[in-house]
Amino acid sequence: MSLIDLANPSRFLKFAERVLPWLAAATAVLMLVGLQQVFAAPDDYQQGATVKIMFIHVPSAWLSMFVWGVMSLAALGTLVWRHPLADVSAKAAVPIGAAFTFIALVTGSLWGRPMWGTYWEWDARLTSVLILFLMYLGLMALWRAVDDPSRAARAAAIITLVGAINLPIIKFSVDWWNTLHQPASVLRIGGPTIHPSLLVPLLIMAVAFSLLFLTLHLAAMRNEILRRRVRTLRLLQASAARA
Amino acid sequence: MTLGQHATFIIAAYAIAATVVAGLIVWVVADYRRQRAILHDLEIAGMKRRSAPQASRS
Repeated sequence: MSLIDLANPSRFLKFAERVLPWLAAATAVLMLVGLQQVFAAPDDYQQGATVKIMFIHVPSAWLSMFVWGVMSLAALGTLVWRHPLADVSAKAAVPIGAAFTFIALVTGSLWGRPMWGTYWEWDARLTSVLILFLMYLGLMALWRAVDDPSRAARAAAIITLVGAINLPIIKFSVDWWNTLHQPASVLRIGGPTIHPSLLVPLLIMAVAFSLLFLTLHLAAMRNEILRRRVRTLRLLQASAARA
Repeated sequence: MTLGQHATFIIAAYAIAATVVAGLIVWVVADYRRQRAILHDLEIAGMKRRSAPQASRS
């Protein structure tokens, strides 16, 4: 099956049914391996055991932005190419992105209290991620408010592309402004500054979280295709009842 | 392995993350079952999509 074949919702459903069990199993295995590595990793020389929060905070934060990136590509698919699965993909990603952003905010807050002495600070990084979370909630509200999925898709696509401006602001906020949040220590010019004993578990958890997103996204897309079939059949049923 | 004096924060972070991820999994699985059940009921009621394959029309 070629990639272009997946543009057909029926073929996509068959593909999703086939790969989802394997993806779910791979996610579970990698998550278990990652957690074993996390709890075998040494404490940080400054932060002590609280560094363990990093292993869920950082992958969630990366995914909060990555998911918006996926939605932005899907938005282009909706607006430019009117790809049949583009708005299905965008809609399915929203609650998952919101959940990862929520995890990033809460775990960051729980990490901040013992390290910074505060749960929250209105600095550029924290505030821009909070804005990202509110944008996710806004998109969820929009998808629920508009009855016609194709109309909702166009509005959501425009908002998603405008909201993508926030992604570089989040990424570079720690460089552009004086923030309490530390600067990038993994994805930076000059290479990571984290010791390999902490970096390896972090990267395993990042891959595990990415697989988790892929699994949940495929499953949510499958559900959205079924939901649209239900909607079509209900409309047919209503028109048959009127005739 | 000891989590030290900040164990509460570490355990709370992992517990909240696990709860949210579990919630996502439950939502996806429950939504799938609900949509399948509704589709099944509609098909029993005789409703078929025009683009549905012929084999499934019987």
